[in-house]
Amino acid sequence: MPQSAEKILDHGPLFREPEYQEMFARKKACDGAASVDATALQSEYTKGWEYREKNFAREALVINPAKACQPLGAVFAAAGFEKTMSFVHGSQGCAAYFRSHLSRHFKEPCTAVSSSMTEDAAVFGGLNNMIDGLANCYSLYQPKMITVSTTCMAEVIGDDLFGFIGNAKAKGSVPEDFDVPFAHTPSFVGSHIDGYDNAIKGILEHFWKDNAAAAGSSDTINIVPGFDGFCVGNNRELARILGLIGVSYTFIGDAADQFDTPSDGEYRMYDGGTTIDELKAAKGAKATIALQQWNSRKTLEYAESVGQQTASFHYPLGIRATDDLLIKVSALSGKAIPEALRLERGRLVDAMADSQAHLHGKRYAIFGDPDFVQAMARFTLETGGEPVHCLSTNGGKEWAKDMQALFDSSPFGKACKAHAHKDLWHLRSLLFTEPVDFLIGNSYGKYLERDTGTPLIRLTFPIFDRHHHHRFPVIGYQGGLRVLTAILDKLFDKLDAETSIAGDTDISFDLTR
Amino acid sequence: MAPGLDPGSRAFPFTFREDKSMSDSYENDGKAHEQYITEVLAQYPEKFAKRRKKHLSVAKAVEAEPDAPVGEEGPLLTECDVKSNIKSIPGVMTIRGCAYAGSKGVVWGPVKDMVHISHGPVGCGQYSWSQRRNYYVGTTGIDAFGTMQITSDFQEKDIVFGGDKKLDKVIDEIEEMFPLNGGISVQSECPIGLIGDDIEAVSRRKGKEIGKTIVPVRCEGFRGVSQSLGHHIANDAIRDWVLDKSAEAEWEAGPYDVNIVGDYNIGGDAWASRRLLEEMGLRICGNWSGDATLAEMERAPKAKLNLIHCYRSMNYICRHMEEKYGVPWMEYNFFGPSQIAASLRKIAKHFGPEIEAKAEEVIAKYKPLVDGILEKYTPRLAGKKVMLYVGGLRPRHVMTAYEDLGMEIAGTGYEFAHNDDYQRTGHYAKPGTLIYDDVTGYELEKFVEKIRPDLVGSGIKEKYPVQKMGIPFRQMHSWDYSGPYHGYDGFAIFARDMDLAINNPVWDLFDAPWTDGGELLAAAE
Repeated sequence: MPQSAEKILDHGPLFREPEYQEMFARKKACDGAASVDATALQSEYTKGWEYREKNFAREALVINPAKACQPLGAVFAAAGFEKTMSFVHGSQGCAAYFRSHLSRHFKEPCTAVSSSMTEDAAVFGGLNNMIDGLANCYSLYQPKMITVSTTCMAEVIGDDLFGFIGNAKAKGSVPEDFDVPFAHTPSFVGSHIDGYDNAIKGILEHFWKDNAAAAGSSDTINIVPGFDGFCVGNNRELARILGLIGVSYTFIGDAADQFDTPSDGEYRMYDGGTTIDELKAAKGAKATIALQQWNSRKTLEYAESVGQQTASFHYPLGIRATDDLLIKVSALSGKAIPEALRLERGRLVDAMADSQAHLHGKRYAIFGDPDFVQAMARFTLETGGEPVHCLSTNGGKEWAKDMQALFDSSPFGKACKAHAHKDLWHLRSLLFTEPVDFLIGNSYGKYLERDTGTPLIRLTFPIFDRHHHHRFPVIGYQGGLRVLTAILDKLFDKLDAETSIAGDTDISFDLTR
Repeated sequence: MAPGLDPGSRAFPFTFREDKSMSDSYENDGKAHEQYITEVLAQYPEKFAKRRKKHLSVAKAVEAEPDAPVGEEGPLLTECDVKSNIKSIPGVMTIRGCAYAGSKGVVWGPVKDMVHISHGPVGCGQYSWSQRRNYYVGTTGIDAFGTMQITSDFQEKDIVFGGDKKLDKVIDEIEEMFPLNGGISVQSECPIGLIGDDIEAVSRRKGKEIGKTIVPVRCEGFRGVSQSLGHHIANDAIRDWVLDKSAEAEWEAGPYDVNIVGDYNIGGDAWASRRLLEEMGLRICGNWSGDATLAEMERAPKAKLNLIHCYRSMNYICRHMEEKYGVPWMEYNFFGPSQIAASLRKIAKHFGPEIEAKAEEVIAKYKPLVDGILEKYTPRLAGKKVMLYVGGLRPRHVMTAYEDLGMEIAGTGYEFAHNDDYQRTGHYAKPGTLIYDDVTGYELEKFVEKIRPDLVGSGIKEKYPVQKMGIPFRQMHSWDYSGPYHGYDGFAIFARDMDLAINNPVWDLFDAPWTDGGELLAAAE
């Protein structure tokens, strides 16, 4: 009997007990699935070049993509504003999925209501759902703002948010002057980063369109962080950096507090975030800068159209990307970069120099949202690494071109290639046929780690199977230090694991490395 | 806690009594619970307060006639009826999901040797990817496809021009990438039914072409009011596209063949159950659908009995097999020792004295384990109050497992139950238990705040709000990444998990010592 009260076995060891192993064998003998031999043969075949070519010839089938759909980005965006409830217009299952997905990553509550459209709404449209939904949401959850996004159901039947919200206000669902910005976020266009972009643009438009403030009338700089699973650590780190420079800034959405509420006995449905007054005043800013360009293209275009200067970055981390950010902020604000930041920079350079022998020439595969991949590729190049396979399911041709320019800028970029619109099954073939030392990405990468043996470093959303990483920054010099340490920890753990058999491989089991 | 039940002074019978769980005698404060219902309803606009009122109730004691015959479910304790299985109100933050979640996520997803296409835009498959923890044995991507996200990733042009051609190509490419797949299912996302695609025609034609079963499932998310219709549609798809091949299935029928139906092998539940059934001399024909292969499902009608665990999600196919193939079905409950023993006896009775004797042997064999678990955990858990809010079965099925540990259920409710589920709940719930159907985020938060139970068992969306209040929580869909909870092996883990949730020291750290002013004053002096 495998289980006992004294030593209760978890599922892992429990199912390795002989009673279970024998049962699995009995079941396998008559389950009608592929034979052991056929499985072994096919398994081997998927590791080769021939399979890789077939894999890359796929035109319709998508296997293990590294992207989500637009409204997820809109729900994330809404979390960055004070007392704001996200309202997802369409089928209710979508809202349940977005909430679960974000909660699993942040280990935090995530709220969103749905207009719960069903078959009759598919026929007649979802106007009544909008009218009732806004009224209920307003009464129950007492938000200061409700931001509306759409699921693909509402998009396919062509519901008109502008008209519906106007109608709902006329019916008294919410007061006439209550703020209900909206964005159409079709799931069959782009990905979650576009949904984020559309939602932020929708919110800015709502507060800026009849707003008399002239761009440049204040010295403030607007910061658009982008869809960022590390917003908790990153936004606070960026605020610290901007504070050191002494620049006046407004985050256009800051979800750091919403996704990091304390445990003290009170459940805060809303916490922190950009206020409505700040949003209104942000129209007068002299500039809007986006930390993730591919997340913010429409927003930047809009900011430019109201007369603001704009600038964008690709998730600035490491040395040169952070330099670029600081130089731009300094130029826009007219404030000098303080000595404290130069020292921080020097400390990161110092750390990289201390570890350079271990990092030089290491080969990486990197996947994730386009700005993240660009950031990590740039940083690994700075350490003398080679980001050989850079893959982004939601990165496009322009992104691939940018990536190529990055590779061309470094002698370490020669063997590197960017793969736009590819998925993790493509990456599996790449890792088998052209192996690398490390894989950098999110939790989905664990299946690649299992299949190909490439150690995975989790540095981007979503991270479901490790806790609290997102609470620490990865951007800026400080963030770079953390990324560096994460890579080195994995490297040294691997080195130790490979040299840890006593009397056999432990010749190189060095105390000091 | 009911009056007079101070856990400190209570003597516990650590020798487990199979006929009786230990908390049989408690009663909840029904009056207070009724008051809480009135309070939450006051927050709604009037029209919706009226609608929500019908979904909230307090279990009322039923006076059983002393000589009334006791049915298969045991005696009826309470009346728990509320309105159920009707549309959620817009804007209230329902916890429910959709038909796609019920079909792909629950019924079809676990069939391991089939490739399940999330047909439509990328999101649905992405959010449900690997989240239900349906364990299986197999080489993923080669002969098993459970923890993969396979999608047709609809783009705007697919919406405008239709997706049938794309589906055709997707199927070809699946054959190229995964030649050892045992079949394919097409799990429809919202747009499919709205743009008029004919996935049935494509499936039929391609199925012939590749010589494999291809099952189209019309589980678009806007259909029905919850996951529940997705279960039903998925069951119908099994009936229409899988069982029609059962006559050709290779399987030499035996006298003790059973199917385990409605066990999705979450954290290995179905394995912990299968072991017990095998030990009592039964042979498992197929398991639906945790760790299942298509072949195991095809041969199901050759079994002598269908054993159904999750009644809500798979009763439809059991009724069909009874009507068409004459296979009887029986509900059972493998949560906690009192229900496990009762279920083993009930199942054995169907097969006669030989199996009955073996069932008694199984119960006796595990009795020391059960006694050990109760001895270890009951003193730490007895008298603790629990609130549950889960899907369509567990809100009643797990109640006795808690009660076996001396715990008490203060409130329970379902996301997507039907009327028959609430009737069945009356066999489990004690008088005064708060009952909530399709509870909203607002209601659940308020109920938890007011009752302040010692433990809440619900889902990921509920976990963190509850924990922020300082109340221990376990996810009761995914077993909070633990499990199995079925069977005797699972009960040990269940008891351990409830203990570690409730008795962790973190819950005592919530208040900063200076917040009441006392320590600050003391320091100032």
